Amino acid sequence: MRMNSRFSYLIIKIILVLAYGFVISSCSPKDSESVASKAASHVTIKNKGSDTIVNLAQAWAEMYTGVTSSVSVEVSGGGSGTGVAALINGTVDIANCSRQIKPKELEQAAQNTGKVPQEFIVGYDALAVYVHPDVPLDKITIPQLAEIYGENGTITQWRHLGIKHSSCPSDKIIRISRQSNSGTYFYFREALLGTDRDFRIGSLDLHGSKDVVEVIGRTPCAIGYSGMGYATSHVKMLEVATTADAPYYAPTLKNVLAKTYPIARPLYMYSLGEPTGAIKAYLDWILSAEGQKIVEKLGFVPLESN
Amino acid sequence: MNILRKKSTANLPFSETAIELFIRLCGISSILFVFGIFFFVFREGAGFLFSGLDVKEFLTSVEWQPTSLNNKRYGAFALIVGTFSVTILAMCLAVPFGLGAAIFVSEFCSPKLRETFKIIIELLAAIPSVVWGFIGLTLMNQLIIVVFKAPIGLTMLNGGIMLALMSVPIIVSIAEDALKAVPDSYREAAEALGATRWQVVYRVLLPAAKNGLLAAVLLGAARSIGETMAVLMATGHSVNIPSGPLSWIRTLTATIAAELGEVARGDEHYQVLFIIGILLFTITFIVNLIADLVIKGIRQES
Repeated sequence: MRMNSRFSYLIIKIILVLAYGFVISSCSPKDSESVASKAASHVTIKNKGSDTIVNLAQAWAEMYTGVTSSVSVEVSGGGSGTGVAALINGTVDIANCSRQIKPKELEQAAQNTGKVPQEFIVGYDALAVYVHPDVPLDKITIPQLAEIYGENGTITQWRHLGIKHSSCPSDKIIRISRQSNSGTYFYFREALLGTDRDFRIGSLDLHGSKDVVEVIGRTPCAIGYSGMGYATSHVKMLEVATTADAPYYAPTLKNVLAKTYPIARPLYMYSLGEPTGAIKAYLDWILSAEGQKIVEKLGFVPLESN
Repeated sequence: MNILRKKSTANLPFSETAIELFIRLCGISSILFVFGIFFFVFREGAGFLFSGLDVKEFLTSVEWQPTSLNNKRYGAFALIVGTFSVTILAMCLAVPFGLGAAIFVSEFCSPKLRETFKIIIELLAAIPSVVWGFIGLTLMNQLIIVVFKAPIGLTMLNGGIMLALMSVPIIVSIAEDALKAVPDSYREAAEALGATRWQVVYRVLLPAAKNGLLAAVLLGAARSIGETMAVLMATGHSVNIPSGPLSWIRTLTATIAAELGEVARGDEHYQVLFIIGILLFTITFIVNLIADLVIKGIRQES
């Protein structure tokens, strides 16, 4: 009996502690202005968004600890949309985006936080078209890609591209794509089909830039797209031309900088309002020669001025 | 014992009343949670469900184009077919193995071996589904390419095998409990009549444990329908009506998992994903209802 009552007091105590914690957490101010903590000694910058940029953002964050020890950067992925949503809610300081922010999102952010997001182009990304090394094909045109990926497209077999692909017995082109709301998907669709036509259903929609390259490396019948920086020795990148008569360009740093490679896009970072203090210092460092060196190291294309 | 029970509640010390209240709350909370979740899912999806969504298109069209710029189409038929086909395939694989293993563990195996088996089966149940998905994406993918000469191993078969491996432990442990619950007197009587061990199992134990075995199978199926991560990674995640086990498919759950992270809250696409949630709710409700009716029917028969 004595043990019993002692046990029950313990339970009551636990309940009280939990309830206390709940009250405290629900009462604490929800304002997110204090994200970049006002404590002068140590500042944490929250950085979130595009999966395309997440590796780059992480590399920047790591290098930055060597530049100044009083600022640390927390990086997480989740996609461009997730980053912008967090910016609108005011829960991050910098959002990474592989597409430009939409006017509607700008408006929402301004309404919600009272600050207009500021745009910074931090580098360029070239989407490479990947195939298995066994595919006897080195170049492709945008219209051909549109017929492979687009709705009611006419190219479904490798022989439609005028090649004999002997290590793919079924000859059927397996289209590798991304989940339908990733920034990479949106950009590739726009580059191929404009805004009027959709991708044909039935593609394998993988969940990450790296997965696309990995699956293509094991699948001779497959074709897919992913960032230029994700290339491995198990896949081949095709040269791309805008039309059949135009010259073909390989996805290289030089071609992207010269703006001749057709499937390249800027990468953005957005801050809430004109950046100040630690956030401004961080963005300036990213745009400096030192920060841009990392862009090149990770397979992206640095800004022209460098 | 009797004295304790007869005590009226008024005389109970405060601590006991508190515990009783706490336990009662725990019991009621499960009901509240179910209704709460249903309410939330329904509220998020209801706006578009009743005004705007073409329900017939949703249920019968294969055109799943939720992010189209000019012509958004929400046809979930391929996703429904995908969910059912991979679940049925998984059950075809898991039920014979699961029930067979349960019969072996409960009837044919020595007590020492049984303990080892049970620990290993529990270990199988403890593997997180994302690990199964990873195995599907890498190992099983390669295996299917080599064995079946398939162009790519991320298929319904791959997902089905992963789901079967995940539901076997559930089926084994529940089915084994059901067989253990059959009184020993049944076994003794059958053996006294000269039945062999196999005849005891086939003629006496299986009919006697029918309800429990059915519950085991249905719980295994429910696990398969609800599984997300492993099928997202192993089935190819492609909107496609399968023509065989080597086709790639996409399930309802995987669609929610892949797309909910990046839609704007309150958007049409967001609401459609919640309508898929309502659909999943309805499917599991119907499966459970059928199971209940079947079990009741069996009870009345016997």
